[in-house]
Amino acid sequence: MPLVSFLDVEKTYRSLQGADYTAVEHFNVEIELGEFFCLLGPSGCGKTTVLKMLAGFEAPTTGQILMDGRPVTGASRDRGVVFQGDDSLYGWLTAVENVEFGLRMRHVGKTERRERAMRHLELVGLKGQEQKYPAELSGGMKQRIQIARVLANEPKMLLMDEPFAALDAQTRALMQLELAHIWRATRTTVLFITHDIDEAVTLGKRIGVMRAGPRSQVKGVVEVALNGARSRTDDGFLRYYKEVYEMIRDEVAKSIAGAS
Amino acid sequence: MSTYGGYALGFVSLFLIWQLASLYLVSSVLFPPPTVVFRKGWLLLRNGVLLEHLAASLRRILAGFLAGSLLGIPIGLAMGSFRSVRKLLEPYTEFLRFIPSVAMITVAVIWFGIGEASKIFLIIYTTIFIVILNTAAGVAAIAPNKIRAAESLGATRAQIFCHVAMPATVPYILTGMRLAMGNSFTTIVAAELIAANDGLGKMLWDGRLFMLVDEIFVSLVTLGLLGFVVDRMFRWSIYTFAGKYSPAT
Repeated sequence: MPLVSFLDVEKTYRSLQGADYTAVEHFNVEIELGEFFCLLGPSGCGKTTVLKMLAGFEAPTTGQILMDGRPVTGASRDRGVVFQGDDSLYGWLTAVENVEFGLRMRHVGKTERRERAMRHLELVGLKGQEQKYPAELSGGMKQRIQIARVLANEPKMLLMDEPFAALDAQTRALMQLELAHIWRATRTTVLFITHDIDEAVTLGKRIGVMRAGPRSQVKGVVEVALNGARSRTDDGFLRYYKEVYEMIRDEVAKSIAGAS
Repeated sequence: MSTYGGYALGFVSLFLIWQLASLYLVSSVLFPPPTVVFRKGWLLLRNGVLLEHLAASLRRILAGFLAGSLLGIPIGLAMGSFRSVRKLLEPYTEFLRFIPSVAMITVAVIWFGIGEASKIFLIIYTTIFIVILNTAAGVAAIAPNKIRAAESLGATRAQIFCHVAMPATVPYILTGMRLAMGNSFTTIVAAELIAANDGLGKMLWDGRLFMLVDEIFVSLVTLGLLGFVVDRMFRWSIYTFAGKYSPAT
């Protein structure tokens, strides 16, 4: 049984002017336990809508989302979320206090939660920065705090909404490598939203390519059979890049045509 | 350190300009130079009169300001958090905040007499709306992702209120309180001008009544200095005790 199933999910945003917007329709995807699933699509295709529904921030209009066979009805600590921007961090808490937040809410003892937070800060390469406030850290470091905060809470899966999109190219490439490394070490199930083919092929075990919105759905799923650390110059990497690129090319064109 | 140097220089130049203006520009008994004002101030300080008035005004400001803030913060939090509370209370806040506290002096005196109660009522009145509005605006300005992140980390609604909404709103509350403190100074003087047995406003009124121009100026300078010192203390305590919540970083 897959860990997560989207069963014929539709999401329609009601508009006061009467022009309702259907972001996704007949959306079907299954995510297996322990896999790194990338959801790739052009901008405005409803990727983030899918993540918000799985996170429990928004309910599907029709259809169902199951996790462990039970319908998702709201946010839960089973599904930790890493947001694109840094506005989800708590500016009045230090890095380590941010990472401890979930444990503190569950009344985990002070020594234990500090120890677990420090371990996860080290995992994301923030050792020595634990007493700094988010405002004192760079964009890449703030995303690392978010990742550590979610991992320390030990969710059943991670939902990542274009977490590196706002970073500069060098930092982004580094963060991708480190995330791949963390995933190989922890084997947590991940749903990773991106519009970047390169990022999807670097990280994904499977890549779900979405159609252009509105009424978007998954056009096809590419299974990336590359093991260990991936290199952008490998023949295998380029082969998958090409395959995904050809799938998404028409959708990007449609998305641009639709937007203009 | 350069800040203090700047302040000292600013004050020295202020008094210097005043001195020169009163000596050469408007040479009149109605505009005493700072040397005369300070000599008079020193005299009133030594015989205890100034301290008595100052203490009376400060006591009223502090009592009303604290009570107004303590009432305003929870009301603002509730208005910012719950739509129903906002709809219910908005008519009150949006109506009353346009009636200045100075206009309420007459009502306050009729209701509470010329004693302490009317002054404290007026300071509460002038404090509470600014604190409510700023607190509610602070709650409304919380990034939705802060709340969502807490939900996905397993926080309950009560925990989100205490550990996310409250601390995220603190800078707005402190800003509201600082503005309210400024208003309190305006209000207390106006109230004491009209009905009081002591206080810096009473001192101003007596000065007018008995043509004691230098006492009027002592009172004015005291008000300015007191406001300046209290505001600096407020800012200083924000940065010291609530550095991470400071309004502007």
